[in-house]
Amino acid sequence: MSAIPLTHILFVTTALFFIGMYGLFTRRNLITMLMSIELILNSVNINFVAFNKYLYPDKLNGVFFSLFIITVAAAEAAVAIAIIINLYRSHRSIDVEDTTEMRF
Amino acid sequence: MNASQIIFYLISAFVLGTALLAVTTRKIFRSAIWLLFSLVGVAGLYFWMQVEFVAAVQIIVYVGGVVVLIIFSIFLTHHSGSELPKPPLKRTIFSILAVLLGFAFSYNLIAGYGFPTTTSEKPFVVPVSAIGEQMLDTKKYGFVLPFEVVSMLLLAAMIGCIVIAMRSIPKGKSIQKPATPISANGGTFKQVVESTKTMEEKTT
Repeated sequence: MSAIPLTHILFVTTALFFIGMYGLFTRRNLITMLMSIELILNSVNINFVAFNKYLYPDKLNGVFFSLFIITVAAAEAAVAIAIIINLYRSHRSIDVEDTTEMRF
Repeated sequence: MNASQIIFYLISAFVLGTALLAVTTRKIFRSAIWLLFSLVGVAGLYFWMQVEFVAAVQIIVYVGGVVVLIIFSIFLTHHSGSELPKPPLKRTIFSILAVLLGFAFSYNLIAGYGFPTTTSEKPFVVPVSAIGEQMLDTKKYGFVLPFEVVSMLLLAAMIGCIVIAMRSIPKGKSIQKPATPISANGGTFKQVVESTKTMEEKTT
């Protein structure tokens, strides 16, 4: 258990973060962009728990941070999907190239 | 290399592989399913780090909530079997370049920082009772204020979702699906509301 150095976990989470960034760059669909954001938030959560476990094992603050991030991510996903469905109702499309009405 | 290390690398490879498939596959429904596998793998990482409570929350909130929500919204907005358009080659190349550059930069910083290679002697145990006590503690190092703030945030987000996603009916137009058979031919919204009110009164 303790033989894994912290940098290996950080390697995995950094890779997960940049996979999410790649999805955010290439996809032009609002739902898939939301999924990429979920991947990014998950990588940050793993980072918090790993730092808590490896550097400050007698505290619990990283666990609390990740719990609050999970809550905020759930609220964000719910609001985003409500907006996406409303947008699909009015525009018949959820492509970001079509949502140009609020662009000035 | 003992079993714990092998399990860690297996879970990591699983998470990264399914995440990569989730952002590259062309069918949006498959993308959601790969995302679900990736989130389950992240929950496995939490189990490996012996924070069982966070792993349970991860499975309940993400796998049970967010991915199901995403799948429902895919059903509402896409025809089944339709493929996403392929991104242009130029955008793909520059995205890969930017991502690789960012990854190299970040990992260079991490490797150069000099984190301790050995873990500390203290065992990291997270009992659920400790989490609960500190979460609802009003004294120093207690988390009751962020807890209340985040619960208000969730309430506001849920009400906001209902308000945003509610279908607004323009005045003077007949609604498509009347709630009661009384207003089936061209009743306005007010009439529908009144008729439902009277129906409720009748039933009560």
